[in-house]
Amino acid sequence: MALLQISEPGESTAPHEHRLAAGIDLGTTHSLVASVRSGAADILPGADGSRILPSVVRYSDQAVIVGAEALKNAHEDPLNTIISVKRFMGRGADDIAADDHHYRIINSDNSGVPRIQTCQGDKSAVEISAEILRVLRSRAEATLGGELTGAVITVPAYFDDAQRQATKDAARLAGLHVLRLLNEPTAAAVAYGLDKNPTGTYAIYDLGGGTFDISILSLESGVFQVMATAGDSALGGDDMDLKIAYWIMGQAGLEQKPGAGDWRQIVMASRRAKEALTDNEQTSIAIKLSAGSAWQGEFSRQQFNDLVDPLIDKTIMPCRRALRDAGLTVDTIDGVVLVGGSTRVPRVRERVLEFFGQEALSDINPDEVVAIGAALQADVLAGNKPDGEMLLLDVIPLSLGIEIMGGMVERIVPRNSTIPIARAQEFTTYKDGQTAMAIHVLQGERELVQDCRSLARFELRGIPPMAAGAARIRVTYQVDADGLLNVSAREEISGVSAEIEVKPSYGLSDGEIERMLRDSIEHAREDMDARNLQEQRVDADRLLEALHAALAQDGDALLDTLERVRIDEAMSNLSRARDGQDLDWIKQAVDELDKASSEFAARRMDAGIRAALRGHTLEEIGDLSSAAKKE
Amino acid sequence: MQPGVGKNYFELFGLPARFDVDLPGLNNRYRSLQQQFHPDRFASGSEQERRMAMELTASINEGLRVLRNPLARARYLLELAGISVNDETDTAMNPAFLMEQMEWREQLDAVRSGPADDAGPVLQSLSKDVNNAFNRRVDQLRTELNNDDLSAARTHVRELQFLDKLKMQIEEIEESLF
Repeated sequence: MALLQISEPGESTAPHEHRLAAGIDLGTTHSLVASVRSGAADILPGADGSRILPSVVRYSDQAVIVGAEALKNAHEDPLNTIISVKRFMGRGADDIAADDHHYRIINSDNSGVPRIQTCQGDKSAVEISAEILRVLRSRAEATLGGELTGAVITVPAYFDDAQRQATKDAARLAGLHVLRLLNEPTAAAVAYGLDKNPTGTYAIYDLGGGTFDISILSLESGVFQVMATAGDSALGGDDMDLKIAYWIMGQAGLEQKPGAGDWRQIVMASRRAKEALTDNEQTSIAIKLSAGSAWQGEFSRQQFNDLVDPLIDKTIMPCRRALRDAGLTVDTIDGVVLVGGSTRVPRVRERVLEFFGQEALSDINPDEVVAIGAALQADVLAGNKPDGEMLLLDVIPLSLGIEIMGGMVERIVPRNSTIPIARAQEFTTYKDGQTAMAIHVLQGERELVQDCRSLARFELRGIPPMAAGAARIRVTYQVDADGLLNVSAREEISGVSAEIEVKPSYGLSDGEIERMLRDSIEHAREDMDARNLQEQRVDADRLLEALHAALAQDGDALLDTLERVRIDEAMSNLSRARDGQDLDWIKQAVDELDKASSEFAARRMDAGIRAALRGHTLEEIGDLSSAAKKE
Repeated sequence: MQPGVGKNYFELFGLPARFDVDLPGLNNRYRSLQQQFHPDRFASGSEQERRMAMELTASINEGLRVLRNPLARARYLLELAGISVNDETDTAMNPAFLMEQMEWREQLDAVRSGPADDAGPVLQSLSKDVNNAFNRRVDQLRTELNNDDLSAARTHVRELQFLDKLKMQIEEIEESLF
């Protein structure tokens, strides 16, 4: 039999063109964008040269201001200046109420999506994050000189489905094509090139402005796996600032917290003092309040260390827990990576060294390391490195389950399963003549529904009446490479089915995103149409390019004449459609070509499986029995 | 229309459908397939390619899970032979096996409710007994499956399911203690 030639996947579409791709660290306190240029990853600065964009959005009467300028004037307009919006991503109104914040949160449409009241209307966390992403996108496009093919956006390893979905929605709203959501600790490990080691176990210590995360990663033959994560979602450099701020209050003889504007000024002065103490043993602080009173004083590193030691203790506890969850001891850790601006604090470094018994990797700027790793991965995913070996396999951080009788949760996909994954389980009816079944999708490790996070509910209707226990309802959970879930249910005897893309309870519907996209474009209607047409053409071109390359390579070997004619016809139909202005015609032509060619695509993949295994088959001939290992 | 559909997991990995599996070989094949078909390899590809890559990779991941684990693999081999392990019309178990199970479960309950200091040695000996019983059955299962004695194999797979659950419960208690 003639050997089939299979091209490297991802190479089929225009291999010579360098695609512009960016890595984005969408952080709680600040955000960054980076890209690989001439072989090296670097941060893309704004027009003013700043590498870091404070994750601050201010809604003023005239405009939306993002970044340093919004932060600088935050104390003048605290209610319309949104700081640390990441804490609200994918959260419900109830989750947020418990947090310490000063915004006016409302649940205007009873959708469960909390919105912050601003002078430009009520804004969801997704919309506010999209403003930050928009600025990063234009930074990247201005610096790189062209439109981005796509971006890798990082998320904390512990982010659940709702939070990941919210991040992806924000990207979509900002007009970004998401190549992949990547776990932040994995990105940091990639930035240090740890993926080039054959094996290893690493601890990623990430102390940012508002959150602390410790992740234990294992690497085996190019596969990164998050083994355990722990942390504190309300602990970071901001808490250090607050410690100093309360100390200043005491020193200045203030008996109660001053107004929002004055307080913010004290907190800013505290942050500057903290930063000054990274390189100096001593610094001075000066405060001038709106009422006219003032305070000035000296502050030493020793004083600072004493103030923040209890906070650092709170990071060491999760390190212990994560190691225990991973079943490891400190001495089995091959390397420690520092991430997050707060790891610049000398006391933090001392304590990390003390706990892990080794110097941590810190050559790369800890504020930038996650974005750098994301940029390296974006470059690979955009197809600029067709021979790249790097493959990052992620696991799902929390188990996915379904509600069964008695308020119990039946686990369908266990945590730490490698994704993508599809798992099906069969259920049945419990009453005679039952025609509908409620499906409640949950995430978490606990056995009771009330202790897990509710992701979605939907119903399978139209089950033909049968005796209790006779129906066979197959529920399938499918998790894609970004960790996003799709659930479908099908009654096997009648063939009735229902499906839901799990839009978490606090997420946005497709309709809402569409409306927001439209609102965000100034000349709404026509621009929206033009944009849709443009997007549809890009889709059409991708399919045509991919098929042209595939046909040239395997068309003769894998297709008979009739099949080939059908595909060719569907292709020329799509070519005509994409040159025209009729959006629906293009959509329809894409669908038709997809149908006509999917058998061909499936055969190519099957041939690819044989090709991928060919080397392995040879090495095993005559060696079958001796190769069999006992468990 | 899915790639790899109609293939069982052994065929997907190009391995002979039998109980003994070359584990390092399985892992190498897994990585080769992932290198070629992970959705990341099609991040800039067409919608069609990405969809198929995701479905295929999901099968590859599930296939690895099933083939790597002796109990899941044995159950899968029986399924391929048309034998349902957990058929509710045939739930008879060997009385001696059930007696042993009950004794072990009583010991486990005693550890749960007793003082934590005494738990260590009891759990250790219990864990050893259960693991021995487990490994002995895996050996028997290998012989039975190689000789096509499927009905005996089904009995042992069902017993292994009990033992597997017991192993997990012991581990859970160990974790909660240390």
